[in-house]
Amino acid sequence: MSSRARLRIRQHIKIPCISRLSSQLQAKLAAPILWRTSTQLSRRLLAAKQHQRCLSCSVRLAQEQAKQDAKTTHFGFENVPESDKESRVGAVFSSVASSYDTMNDLMSLYIHRLWKDRFVRSLNPGLHPKISNPTPQTILDIAGGTGDIAFRLLLHASTINNDHTSRVIVSDINPAMLSEGKKRSQDTPWAWSERLSWVEANAEKLSMIEDASIDLYTVAFGIRNFTNKQAALNEAFRVLKPGGVFACLEFSKVNNAVLNGAYKRWSFGAIPLIGQLVAGDRGELSISCGEY
Amino acid sequence: MAYASASRRLLNLPPSQRVTFFTSTRGFSVLNRPPPNYEGHVPLNVFERGALAAGSAVMSLLNPRRGDLIAALGETTATPYFIYRLRDAMLCNPTGRRILRDRPRITSKSMSVEKLRALPENTVGQAYMDWLDREGVSPDTRDSVKYIDNEECAYVMQRYRESHDFYHALTGLPVFVEGEVALKAFEFANTLLPMTGLSLFAVTRMKPAERSRFWHTYLPWAIGNGLKSKEVINVYWEEELERDVADLRAELGLERPPDLRDTRKTLREQRKTAKEKSEKMSGLMADSP
Repeated sequence: MSSRARLRIRQHIKIPCISRLSSQLQAKLAAPILWRTSTQLSRRLLAAKQHQRCLSCSVRLAQEQAKQDAKTTHFGFENVPESDKESRVGAVFSSVASSYDTMNDLMSLYIHRLWKDRFVRSLNPGLHPKISNPTPQTILDIAGGTGDIAFRLLLHASTINNDHTSRVIVSDINPAMLSEGKKRSQDTPWAWSERLSWVEANAEKLSMIEDASIDLYTVAFGIRNFTNKQAALNEAFRVLKPGGVFACLEFSKVNNAVLNGAYKRWSFGAIPLIGQLVAGDRGELSISCGEY
Repeated sequence: MAYASASRRLLNLPPSQRVTFFTSTRGFSVLNRPPPNYEGHVPLNVFERGALAAGSAVMSLLNPRRGDLIAALGETTATPYFIYRLRDAMLCNPTGRRILRDRPRITSKSMSVEKLRALPENTVGQAYMDWLDREGVSPDTRDSVKYIDNEECAYVMQRYRESHDFYHALTGLPVFVEGEVALKAFEFANTLLPMTGLSLFAVTRMKPAERSRFWHTYLPWAIGNGLKSKEVINVYWEEELERDVADLRAELGLERPPDLRDTRKTLREQRKTAKEKSEKMSGLMADSP
């Protein structure tokens, strides 16, 4: 490592990124992220050059200013107007609901199952058998349409912790994904039980969930699709009980350069190809299902 | 005889008019794609193109309803050579040159539905409208070309795709699998696009009776007529709408194949009467002591 100062306030974790923060720490997510990697002279010079103004710059800047006046948000690698993002995400997921799990299997070479297993195992849902006067755990799975995480949570709670009272509420903004999840729940013991319920909701507006009623809030590969992440986090803060757990499973950066090279080539080469072959959608789905 | 002269004609052209084989694009990494050459263009490198070609060939054979994969197969297998040959065939013909200059697109806006319906029977336009109604599609359902790098060749591919419905009208082949495969064989002999040849693998999905009809009747018709007729890509369909179909066929040097719908209908009726007869016979035999 170079002797030059490296200031890192936010820690980058290898794939997959599992961050467990208690509800008190969520407020800190509101703070802007500062990250300065190195103080190389060349980089500073390059940055200085870009601020030189030329005769045509002012016209161009004025045009860009007009474009940026519409509030934009991320959609994969594009910046799109906020009003567009929800409908574009919606359109993507409606069209691929039935092949979503096949897509995930192929794009991650089945490894996503291991990630989700580890995610649930590390959360260890379900009450400890030795707790006296237990209140049943309520778990909220956001953007959990096809039920992957929800079924794993219930299975872990029932079989490992012998807890048959915990319940999971699966919430998704897309009704096609929810019906796919309900279909899959037929193969589980909880299809018609009170332990599993389905709610169509936007994560930024969970009006049907009461304040401080959730013990565990999980969102797996969903937070990238939120138009306004801060609003979703505020809602998470509201619905979680004090001492409740917020768990987010998401893709992050690869620190190893060789692996990063291979990962990027897989993301931009193979993933759109798989999307095209399985679901007929090349760009947007691969971003939503995918990759940084 | 006619087939040999066609290839001889091509080889007799001066080298400047013969086909380019490879383009001069350099290989690139997926992380560093070149900018698109036209709207909707997705530049692919050799590996991506090969993988998409192989994948779409397999997936479209398993699920023939995936029109987008058949389109992708066509585009990824058209280079090198084949799409350039087709473009040069258009350049060699005065009508083809006009089409490349005007670049007409066949959409629901350019093809007025009311005007087409008003045309008399046996015109190209009426046959086309008939086909659209029977299939329940509009001209807008065709995908736009994405994977061909040269902009002009991308238009040639788009024109081929949009004219496919007119080829149905021209040959009188119906829209179900048997007719489609026969039409693809004709297109292969005429345009030499690899996707049309690869589509012939769909014979494995046909019923035995259909398959024997294909081998005995429709494939010989397709190869013979495809090679001896003029290039159908050079027909300016927008100008031929009011023309009589038989007239256009005569000009192109094309014969109509045996009507597939009538053949299948007669065979179906024959099978039905045979079945009724056999049931009556078995009924009589059961009654007799």
